[in-house]
Amino acid sequence: MSLLNVTDLDVRFALRQGEVRALRNVSFSLDRGERLGIVGESGAGKSVAAFSLLNLIAKPGFIAGGSIRFDGQELNGMSERCLRKIRGNRISMIFQDPMMTLNPVLSIGEQMVECLKAHRRISSREARTIALHKLQQVQIPSPETRLDQYPHELSGGMRQRIIIAIALLLDPDIIIADEPTTALDVTIQAEIMALLLELCEKHNVGLILITHDLGVVSQVTQRMLVMYAGRVIEEGPTREIINDPQHPYTQGLMNALPQMATPGERLNQIPGSMPSLSKLPSGCAFHPRCGFVKRADGQPRRACHDVIPDFVESGNCRVACHMVAEMLNGEPSLAKEETP
Amino acid sequence: MNRVAQAPALDSQIPAAPEQDRQALLEIRDLTKRFSLSGDFLEQLRFKGGKLVRKQEFVHAINGVSLDIQRGEALCVVGESGCGKSTVARVVMGLLSPSGGEIRYDGARIDSLSSRQLLPYRKRMQMIFQNPYASLNPRMTIQQTLEEPLRLHHPDWDRQKVRDKVEEVMASVGIAPDWGKRFGHEFSGGQRQRIAIARALAVDPEFIVADEPISALDVSIQAQVLNLLMDAQRDRHLTYLFITHDLAVVEHFGTRVAVMYLGTVCEIAPTATLFATPRHPYTQALMSAIPKLEDDRPQHIRLSGEVPTPVNLPSGCVFHARCPHANERCRIEIPRLIAKEDGSQVACHAVEEGRL
Repeated sequence: MSLLNVTDLDVRFALRQGEVRALRNVSFSLDRGERLGIVGESGAGKSVAAFSLLNLIAKPGFIAGGSIRFDGQELNGMSERCLRKIRGNRISMIFQDPMMTLNPVLSIGEQMVECLKAHRRISSREARTIALHKLQQVQIPSPETRLDQYPHELSGGMRQRIIIAIALLLDPDIIIADEPTTALDVTIQAEIMALLLELCEKHNVGLILITHDLGVVSQVTQRMLVMYAGRVIEEGPTREIINDPQHPYTQGLMNALPQMATPGERLNQIPGSMPSLSKLPSGCAFHPRCGFVKRADGQPRRACHDVIPDFVESGNCRVACHMVAEMLNGEPSLAKEETP
Repeated sequence: MNRVAQAPALDSQIPAAPEQDRQALLEIRDLTKRFSLSGDFLEQLRFKGGKLVRKQEFVHAINGVSLDIQRGEALCVVGESGCGKSTVARVVMGLLSPSGGEIRYDGARIDSLSSRQLLPYRKRMQMIFQNPYASLNPRMTIQQTLEEPLRLHHPDWDRQKVRDKVEEVMASVGIAPDWGKRFGHEFSGGQRQRIAIARALAVDPEFIVADEPISALDVSIQAQVLNLLMDAQRDRHLTYLFITHDLAVVEHFGTRVAVMYLGTVCEIAPTATLFATPRHPYTQALMSAIPKLEDDRPQHIRLSGEVPTPVNLPSGCVFHARCPHANERCRIEIPRLIAKEDGSQVACHAVEEGRL
């Protein structure tokens, strides 16, 4: 049994125009100390998936179904009071924008002490010692001065280090990092990612890393999920997916990278753009952009247009694609769920 | 402190340029740009030791940048945020006036022209901005957006001619004709960037400054827009000044690359040369920091510290405080761009002395 098990997670947003399903049947698991990457383009639902684990979905969003089991407890439907004991304590989060995460009117030390005292019965002095120790762990120069500084006095890279220190403050089991380095420059990004990786390994902390950067996922994580229009479409060991992506969308994403083309020649683009969640195409949400909707003999594959594909096992990976299913089993996979 | 005087002139250190180099489409010489932090005259006055003194502080955004852009090439400028790459683009386009230096377009100086005098150049050089959500006027339809530059630059054209031209440009960037009646907010980021490109291409420019044109877009859309820019370059014989922080895009797109750090150019080289043999320690660190798909465990060069503030520039080489190869000379003397036999130019004492 894994540390975290998410099954059939269903998140919806109740909008004036009607309900929009931001996540459908999202399932994944995370073992203790494992690092999982969630990849996708904007609007794919990767942040919603991460936020819903701690029920941080703001209204009008809500979790409509599914189960989130963490260390034997069910988090979906848990009271706010109990959830608060888990948030920041056993599962902590790192957000994209370091300036938005830190409170601008409290010094770094005050924020760290506040967090510690909210979860543990310790004196302010003890809390400060722990805070100092954590700042040393994230390799911040002159940590004692930093404790009394305010967020605006620090650079972006420094702030993100402090946020990592705060995320590690209570020795969590899992850290959820939502695009932790997107706002940073490439040399700072490399340092922050190396630091995060090192600390997670050293303290055996699980990591859920949300990013759109395939390079970062490839270097940091052991397993990855690829999301498209609110669904997981491919899941498996990172190295295997990067080296041999099965789903046409994952393939397209990889092939669209400039690294994959000869310099000066046209890139292999995916035509079109991701559909809006309120106007999803029938069947496989990717079929209007997919180059494999026709069979090898030129006949259209009806299932792609009509039926939402179910997962098929392909080696160590799970792929939701009729074409892949056909190649493996000789017939398209049929999902349990009906077409909306 | 007058850094302008200290900044070396490029002409003096590189060997006489071959004939075609003198006919560069755009020449930038010793460009500097400072932004005042101190407000107007009265705000600069301070009481100090009983006396009234005037104190001015500047952000030194560009410090003596010299670049040549040849016809038909795509010169990419890379660097981290705050290195002055976008300021270079804006000064070239005349959106900011330089504090010093010269900009020549097709042999003629354009840095000190009035906006009326600049008008004929504006038709020849166009700009594409980073954020397609901000660069389209929300109150104009796409048709109006695309017609505006034509009406400005071709006041003698009749309505039909303008419409025909807009139609042609829309077709060339893959915009459906029925988009014309719609407004910017109805489109996705990638579609808006297409519209912005169409607007830039409408007046048939020969030179395009693109400031991070794909950074705000998703990966699959980035490829579409990059292809579009490359097609336009091939079909219309465009010259690009391409500003980006994404080295993978540079490697694919650029003819030559200029790497900037803290307002100075530290290395210029043909793309393939730069990626095969980065010489400047900063370029090496920058390249090693790109997350790669292939290997699991990156061994990137760790730079100590962070980029210094451009308000108080370090003495000598601006990179010396973070450079693993810095010595006493680096702390005192500003390195000059020195041409190498493979066509690259590097501003580094260690490279010059053969220590690196």
